[in-house]
Amino acid sequence: MSSMRVYFSSAVVAASLIFGAGAAFAASAEKGKAAFVSNGCWQCHGFDGQGSAITSNGKVLAPDPMPYETFEAFVRGTNRAMPPYREAILSKVDLEDIYAYLQSIPAGKSFKDIPMLSQHE
Amino acid sequence: MTPKDPGLKIDRRKFLAGAAVAGAATTVMPHAEAAPSQPAARPSALPPSARMVAAETGTPEMPKNKQGKPGSDFMVDVIKTLDIKYLPCNAASSFRALHESLIDYGGDKTPQFMTCLHEESAVGMAHGYFKASGKPLMTLVHGTVGLQHASMAIYNAWCDRVPVIVVGGNDLDAAYRPPGVPTFHSAQDINALVRDFTKWDDTPVSPQHFAQSFVRMYRTAMTPPYGPVMMSLDAGLQQEPVHEMGEKLYIPRYVPNSAPAGDMGAVKEAARMLANAERPVIVVDRAARTQKGVDLLVELAELLQAPVVDQQGRMNFPKTHYLNRPANVISTADVIIGMELSDFWGVVNGYVDNGDHGIGFNESKIKSGTKLISINSVELITKANYQDFQRFQVVDVSMPADAEATLPALIEALKVAIPNDRKAAIAKRGETIRKASAEGRDNVRKAAAIAWDASPISTARLTMEIFNAIKNEDWSLVASEGNVSNWPNRLWPMDKHYQWLGRSGGYGVGYGAPASVGAALANRDLGRFSVSIQSDGDLMYAPGVLWTAAKYKIPLLAVMHNNRGYHQEVMHIQRLANFRDRVVNKASDLSPIGTAIEGPDIEYHKLAESMGWWAKGPIKDPAQLGAAIKEAVAVVKSGQPALINVWTQPR
Ligand code: HEC
Repeated sequence: MSSMRVYFSSAVVAASLIFGAGAAFAASAEKGKAAFVSNGCWQCHGFDGQGSAITSNGKVLAPDPMPYETFEAFVRGTNRAMPPYREAILSKVDLEDIYAYLQSIPAGKSFKDIPMLSQHE
Repeated sequence: MTPKDPGLKIDRRKFLAGAAVAGAATTVMPHAEAAPSQPAARPSALPPSARMVAAETGTPEMPKNKQGKPGSDFMVDVIKTLDIKYLPCNAASSFRALHESLIDYGGDKTPQFMTCLHEESAVGMAHGYFKASGKPLMTLVHGTVGLQHASMAIYNAWCDRVPVIVVGGNDLDAAYRPPGVPTFHSAQDINALVRDFTKWDDTPVSPQHFAQSFVRMYRTAMTPPYGPVMMSLDAGLQQEPVHEMGEKLYIPRYVPNSAPAGDMGAVKEAARMLANAERPVIVVDRAARTQKGVDLLVELAELLQAPVVDQQGRMNFPKTHYLNRPANVISTADVIIGMELSDFWGVVNGYVDNGDHGIGFNESKIKSGTKLISINSVELITKANYQDFQRFQVVDVSMPADAEATLPALIEALKVAIPNDRKAAIAKRGETIRKASAEGRDNVRKAAAIAWDASPISTARLTMEIFNAIKNEDWSLVASEGNVSNWPNRLWPMDKHYQWLGRSGGYGVGYGAPASVGAALANRDLGRFSVSIQSDGDLMYAPGVLWTAAKYKIPLLAVMHNNRGYHQEVMHIQRLANFRDRVVNKASDLSPIGTAIEGPDIEYHKLAESMGWWAKGPIKDPAQLGAAIKEAVAVVKSGQPALINVWTQPR
């Protein structure tokens, strides 16, 4: 999986300008995949972020993840159905990598192109 | 088991009955034994002699040759009147007399003995068998240890309102039972172990007492709400001849109890509330005991054009019906009728686990002022100790009654109660739901398509590959343990009662494998095709039931949802760690320490193969799954069990 840029919040973009090195913020989808696993996101969201009616209240993380700031705010702040991941246990870099991984997951086939689903009543 | 001392001329059974009669012809055992004949005075404690120990661990001694029909033969006569087809059982000495009678006197028919390798498997089989057939099975368990093995499965049956006839061998007479092992296996009040989660229990002390109690326990088990029952059966009583007491024995005729229906006043009040509701919702858990129950629920729902939320304790309502709706419809309800709900509180309230176990957040899921109606037969058998009654929920009309038995009256009362001027509004309500239902169905399929080609295989893909291979059979999904995100209930066109049998009841893990085998046994005789979604953790509690399935040629397609861990626990530990700001993944395993079942990976296909199954795996590539299942279906149709080990996504 190739490394790719993440959508950053304005604060992050400002920081990158100050340090003048965008590459420093180029999050890695590959590392993100590993972090998605080691931090346990897969447990409730599935290895591909597909989610589950039971363990993620049907919420889908990929393809098409939500904007990064919403994503970050949710992961840090939730203390409800999803347990929070504060910075003490999940670094900012890891979270950005995770986001890059989710962004890198391609959209699969539509159910209409899967006979087992489309021809199914 | 219990060599009697002829010197002490007290009939053991009468002693048990509390009437220690001395002398008299009925109590004398003329065919004297080899033991020394010393009247009365005996030491208060006899150390187990080498001979006694050998009697238990070596070749059994010849039983004394007593005249007359053995008590256990008469017991078989009684059992046979109830048409119990099978007896899944793990053999043991405390019921050897009955075991022998079942084979030699009973001809190993009705019931047919089925060797099980664990008592939990035997009870689990009976559990599944009942849900597929509506007929209870009986099992025999051995003394203290056998009942202990069986007890979790009995608890599941209790929570799932399923009848299982449990008879436990026990050697009560402390003076005469063999010392050593059989004494370890005896208890004074052995039924106490399961009394809190059985509907009734007894310890008969005479053959006639057995006959009465056996018929009674069968009837009690088979009266809704159904439930397991327990009989402790004395080893001596089984072994001794029946004629000794000069009894004229009879077998009470079994006449089933009718199911308890709701009080008519309450039924009419419920009908009035539902008829006048703007947004009534029907919630069902174990409401339909039979196909008739399903049909009645359809009639009720259509009469009201009300959405039905099926909590899936059984196949209550056709998944193909537009009124079958997801649980969130209750948020707008003004009247909710709950039928045979195991947890009404949990239907109308949310509980969010924020790691502060037992506290969390509680929040209402319904509008204030929503009226609640409950029909629940379990109210009639609530006990104190085990908490299967769940949190207390205040309702506006409460009927401690069987839902299926109450439905005809409720439907009639509704027909009367619905005002003519509401009929148009009710029809319109139905049209709105019909549209929402079509949209909902598309959304489910969209969700199923996500990660369709993922490896490990998505649970949606697993579910649909199975369906694709069995859709032309008269299929019955006998168990789906381990949680595949409910895909079968969301995607398969279930409309028959036997197509979904519900879950374990008590969530005691290890139910899936034996219940599948038991249900598949029932389905075999009924000409149906059995399929189970078998999880890894569930299978390993007592995998020996696979052997039983192969031994008795029980066709079953078991497709594994092998997510390589106790996944519920995986998430619990992660949740706790997060709330405490601590990192939990410390081992090389994918999951927190103590929750993974990997490294080494269990080769379930080889395990099954070693016990006589056709098996294949591990399958990790979704592209290979369809062909493997197809092959397995052909094997199952030839009359054999088949297992496919599939590596899946966690949920
Ligand atoms: C113990 C289960 C669990 C774990 C572990 C978990 N989540 Fe979640 N997550 C949930 C649940 C449940 C929801 C849905 C919350 C809701 O809708 O109330 C959710 C929702 C989300 C959402 C919001 C999605 C949306 O569309 O609203 C994001 C983003 C998210 N999770 C990211 C993550 C990431 C990243 C990780 C790992 C670092 C993670 N989660 C780990 C259970 C979990």
